[in-house]
Amino acid sequence: MSKDNQVLEELTSKEYEHGWTTNIETESAPKGLNEDIIRFISSKKNEPSWLLEWRLNAYRQWTKMKEPRWPNVTYPPINYQDVIYYSAPKQKVTPKGLDDVDPELIKTFEKLGISLTEQKRLTGVAVDAVIDSVSVATTFKETLAELGIIFCSFGEAVQKHPDLIKKYMGSVVPVTDNYFAALNSAVFTDGSFCYIPKGVRCPMELSTYFRINAANTGQFERTLIVADEGSYVSYLEGCTAPMRDENQLHAAVVEIYAMKDAQVKYSTVQNWYPGDKDGKGGIYNFVTKRGLCAGDGSKISWTQVETGSAITWKYPSCILKGDNSVGEFYSVAVTNNHQQADTGTKMIHIGKNTKSRIVSKGISAGYSQNSYRGQVHIMKRAENARNFSQCDSLLMGDKCGAHTFPYIDVENNSARIEHEATTSKIGEDQIFYCLQRGIDEESAVALIVNGYAKEVLNQLPMEFAVEAQKLLALTLEGSVG
Amino acid sequence: MLSIKNLQAKIDDKQILNGINLEIKPGEVHAIMGPNGSGKSTLASVLAGREEYEVTGGEVDFLGKDLLEMAPEERAREGVFLAFQYPVEIPGVSTINFMKTAVNQIREHRGQQALDAVSFLQMMKEKMKLVEIDQSLLNRALNEGFSGGEKKRNEIFQMAMLEPKLAILDETDSGLDIDALRIVSNGVNKLRSKNNAIIVVTHYQRLLNYIVPDYVHVLYKGKIVKSGTKELALELEAKGYDWIKDEVSVA
Repeated sequence: MSKDNQVLEELTSKEYEHGWTTNIETESAPKGLNEDIIRFISSKKNEPSWLLEWRLNAYRQWTKMKEPRWPNVTYPPINYQDVIYYSAPKQKVTPKGLDDVDPELIKTFEKLGISLTEQKRLTGVAVDAVIDSVSVATTFKETLAELGIIFCSFGEAVQKHPDLIKKYMGSVVPVTDNYFAALNSAVFTDGSFCYIPKGVRCPMELSTYFRINAANTGQFERTLIVADEGSYVSYLEGCTAPMRDENQLHAAVVEIYAMKDAQVKYSTVQNWYPGDKDGKGGIYNFVTKRGLCAGDGSKISWTQVETGSAITWKYPSCILKGDNSVGEFYSVAVTNNHQQADTGTKMIHIGKNTKSRIVSKGISAGYSQNSYRGQVHIMKRAENARNFSQCDSLLMGDKCGAHTFPYIDVENNSARIEHEATTSKIGEDQIFYCLQRGIDEESAVALIVNGYAKEVLNQLPMEFAVEAQKLLALTLEGSVG
Repeated sequence: MLSIKNLQAKIDDKQILNGINLEIKPGEVHAIMGPNGSGKSTLASVLAGREEYEVTGGEVDFLGKDLLEMAPEERAREGVFLAFQYPVEIPGVSTINFMKTAVNQIREHRGQQALDAVSFLQMMKEKMKLVEIDQSLLNRALNEGFSGGEKKRNEIFQMAMLEPKLAILDETDSGLDIDALRIVSNGVNKLRSKNNAIIVVTHYQRLLNYIVPDYVHVLYKGKIVKSGTKELALELEAKGYDWIKDEVSVA
């Protein structure tokens, strides 16, 4: 074994930072999935009957669907009857404000660096904190309400803004869109809802923080963002989970609806537990994220830094329906040890003069497999559509894999499409150059990787960018080959 | 400062250095010359600690420490600098960011506090003047899309920033036009002091018109076969390397 490989083996055994659990009493549904479980979830959440019907319909559709087999990932069959679909921290009273929230929960989030106490006003981030199946607190609600912005848990939105939910839920990701979206539609528990009224520029970053805590529990949250005409919002999403030997399922749905001239920027730093260095445990992250640029001149931008999860299956996409609408996808996906990622985007050009931009940076280390899968579809009436795609892969060591699956469908001759792809290795020459300047190997790798991912990291809001840089370095610690 | 005794090294299974002996004192500039394949760059790489080369014998003492025992980054932190013949590109990492990381890791090694942004920029501005380099170049990704001259100037800028005790310039003149050669050499000359030493590895005498060495050594087949003063370089320029090869084979 060469010296580099030794270093790699020694250092990739790094521990996952957020692998602890909180000891809170929970109330759970029994294991398994059937119509009674769905009725149980719906009644727990005190939902109107139309929503229960919606869920049951989704469930019936789901039972007829098949789990997708086309992603470039392998895992043993999932026993969907062995999952707990609802788990909530037991709280004596329904919290009306932060004062009513169990201090243990507040501590949990503080340990994760998320302050729910609204004292950190300077950070300018409003947070909806979700643990297992429920949202525990949403900060800055009142401040935002003054501008007419609605930012609350999904459950609360169902109660307080049923018309908006009824109108937009499922409008971007239909119930039967795919296997995991259907499953989510049947059993989703909580998540965040956000509405930005006409002409309002949301003055702070909105953020959802997801934490899986309970064992054997799946997390199925939904996020719905509706941006009315000419509005702007920047939305952040973060997530962590304890270290557990068994795999846990996370099947979320995120829908973004952008009206005329609205702009939505959605950033994710995904750090679910990736499993141990031998590939045991970790989250299966099967997520459907899609934005609809419904109005002319609207813009949706996805930025993701994917470092966690045992398996990632995720394609944040844009449907560019409005004329002159713009879709963007910036992604850094890092896989190490035995992680597998099949991630990318879809840009569906329907309107005239629509533009999309895809920048994907894959980084594979250890024994991991990292695939970019992307589709650019220019429909018939999409005159003068333009797309630029850049897909780069960086390999560390000689036991990992990087794959690129670009699909391009063009039905209109006026389209202009550019696709660039590169594959590179972190060179020993680059590392030695850094060493010779007195920079140690770990800092050298961090420097090189962050340089490689810079174009994407630059898209992240400030607070997140620093976090993401550290996370990248941590995930790849020592993986030099 | 640097004492090399009977240094032998190989790469893969090829023996390249066959017993190098060299003594360098503070303030001195030594030129290492020799025909292609004589082991000049190997010597530079071995001193910097490149892992592909295996040291098969000999000793190197640097300021009282066993240089061969040190990891490459330790050697750098102790004051060994290599100006690369082919500086690598690091996309997305500006020279400024790169140097800030290097300077602060070296400072930490010396028990000094990290420089804040303001003092770092101040230091950078001073060194920029010294080597006539433009800040726009330093804002760009390290060596990416740089011309040959820009790359070499950037190496000398880094040398200025890191203030090494021993600088090894590996074929710094290769790929330079006459103007770039002059600028690079001026930079090096300004960095010469009685406290540091420089090893200039070069194939041609041309560079030595600008960086005037105290001693010239000729390397051939992994050994220093002839040493002298700067006149030796002129003689080599006039006569080529063949007469040295002949001398060696006769001996």
